[in-house]
Amino acid sequence: MTTLARRLGVYLLTAWVAITVNFLLPRMMPGNPVRILIGKIHGRVTPQMVRAIEEQFGVGLHQGLWSQYLHYWDQLFHLNLGVSIALSAPVSSVLKQTVPWTVGLIGASTVLSFLLGTFVGTYLGWRRGTVFDAVLPVATFFQAVPYFFFGTVLLLVFASHLRWFPELGAYNEALTPHWHWAFVASVLRYGQLPAITVIVSSVAGWIMGMRNMMVTTVAEDFVLMAVAKGLPKRKVVAYAARNAVLPSISNFSLAMGLLVSGALLVELVFNYPGVGDLLLTAVQNEDYPLLQGIFLVITFTVLSANLIADVVYMALDPRIRREA
Amino acid sequence: MSDSLRPAPAAADPSPNASPQPLSEGAEEPVLEIRRLSIDYGLGPGALHAVVAADLTLRRRQVLGLAGESGSGKSTLAYGATRLLREPGVVAGGEVLLNPREGAPTDLLAASERQLRAIRWSEISMVLQSALNALNPVVRIGKEFDDILRAHSRLSRKARRRRAGELLEMVGIHPSRLSDHPHQLSGGQRQRVMIALALALEPQVVIMDEPTTALDVVTQREIIEELIELRDRLGFALLFITHDLSLLIELADEIAVMYAGRIVERAPAEELYRSPRHPYTYGLLHSFPPLHGEVPPMTGIPGSPPDLASIPAGCAFHPRCPYAMDRCTRAVPALDLLEGQGRQVACFLHDGQAAVPSELALS
Repeated sequence: MTTLARRLGVYLLTAWVAITVNFLLPRMMPGNPVRILIGKIHGRVTPQMVRAIEEQFGVGLHQGLWSQYLHYWDQLFHLNLGVSIALSAPVSSVLKQTVPWTVGLIGASTVLSFLLGTFVGTYLGWRRGTVFDAVLPVATFFQAVPYFFFGTVLLLVFASHLRWFPELGAYNEALTPHWHWAFVASVLRYGQLPAITVIVSSVAGWIMGMRNMMVTTVAEDFVLMAVAKGLPKRKVVAYAARNAVLPSISNFSLAMGLLVSGALLVELVFNYPGVGDLLLTAVQNEDYPLLQGIFLVITFTVLSANLIADVVYMALDPRIRREA
Repeated sequence: MSDSLRPAPAAADPSPNASPQPLSEGAEEPVLEIRRLSIDYGLGPGALHAVVAADLTLRRRQVLGLAGESGSGKSTLAYGATRLLREPGVVAGGEVLLNPREGAPTDLLAASERQLRAIRWSEISMVLQSALNALNPVVRIGKEFDDILRAHSRLSRKARRRRAGELLEMVGIHPSRLSDHPHQLSGGQRQRVMIALALALEPQVVIMDEPTTALDVVTQREIIEELIELRDRLGFALLFITHDLSLLIELADEIAVMYAGRIVERAPAEELYRSPRHPYTYGLLHSFPPLHGEVPPMTGIPGSPPDLASIPAGCAFHPRCPYAMDRCTRAVPALDLLEGQGRQVACFLHDGQAAVPSELALS
């Protein structure tokens, strides 16, 4: 497993670079960010907040950059990411409330979209040139429609007019967020429309990728041999699909990496309390501590998605394991 | 079709279920009969005729060589006969009779998917040119064996594993390689694995399409020798497709030569080598140095094989044939049996109306 160790090393290095850049950026900005921030808050500032902000950006502390850097790491290990200016709450607790919503909604829809697209693509690739190919232009059409627009249309038709789905939010506000059945059911129900938006507007990519790879793979000798061996049809398809799915796995890891940042518009349209919504708030209010926290989350999602994809890829493709 | 694995036939008795008549050399019963098989690429008037009315009989324990240049239709013939043809290949006519060890002959071209699946590999198996492409790159060698044995037998997991190990040993590879992936084996080892796979169910017919072309000559030689030994031991019939006529002369009992989709000559290997009757065969024989013995002057064949889209009228070989006559441009010679000899040739030089050039006459 030396390949895995090497990859892990690369990811750790990347994480270190990202964190260090995150530390350096506000300190390299011209002027005094603290004063700008305090100016933005219009007098709602307590002395503790000023001190917290100063500490975060290393202004007025008269500390060397190096000791600030060490302090920054120390804070990071204690999950102390500073205080959000716009929300007047610790960034870590704000993230703790929003990240699960995004990971839950966008993560689940991306996984579903990938699975659905891959299965449909496998079938279309196997039976290429039949009437089923008509699925392709339809799926591509929905891919081409901007998904925030598509989401708005869905909201208008199915939530506002037909009232099949609840309109906004992530759960019925009358329920307390807690692990009991009524709440979970409510979350699932509220999540349907945004999930459908994500799936419908992204599934075409998975279908196309898998179908095209299947068409190529089916032409390979080992698939012909599988037929010649008299293997059952499902086994022959599995021979081809197992090889054809490999590029889709790489793309899937990229998609998972974009999970947090790509969710912005869907969350806005459906007023979903996820990271996308939070990111907008942070940008609008120039809430640097919050922005930095979100960037860290995005960095770690991308890195862990890649790591997971590497592990899966290695499990699926033995040829990778020994490559230098 | 029995589901269980048949016991390996003893070395001395190659075909335990064969007919009771004593079998003498050359009189073995046919196991695969290809009759008037025609294969087109594409449909309608624009279709290319890749194989035209080919007749070929493979007898038990026989090594039948199918030779010809690239594009002569030799591989197409094999894939068409086993219904492995890919689009746009279409079998346009003919029949392919497989005589199973027991029971009535089956026409492969008329068999149902289900029948065909049962016949595949247990009666007819294949080895392709590139073993690297023919082995699934993401599964272990052991799984290749396991898939076959699982689809065609009721052996337990343990028994399947043991059988796979035996098969690998049979081709001189240590059973520990069962847990390797194809890319971890050398080219020769991969082709040996393919041969072991092909023999896994002890089929009656093994079709090999250029199995040694991708290998170096030394490995090629080793594998050919192993093949002959395995044939003697297991008693399968072998249809060996190659462009390498000199290899076939060493290996095959009988050789059929194809040109532009037609079989133009068929004769016992020794006789074909000593006295080719078709000008094309003569040309081929003088394009390859023999593996043993004196090297005759290499002359080759002028011109190049015809494009399937524009096959010359009459005998397709006439533009390249030094003996071409007027009638060769008008009519297609039939593959006729030469009188008093167990061989066939499709050439007007041998129908008694023309003077046979000395090099194509019986020596």
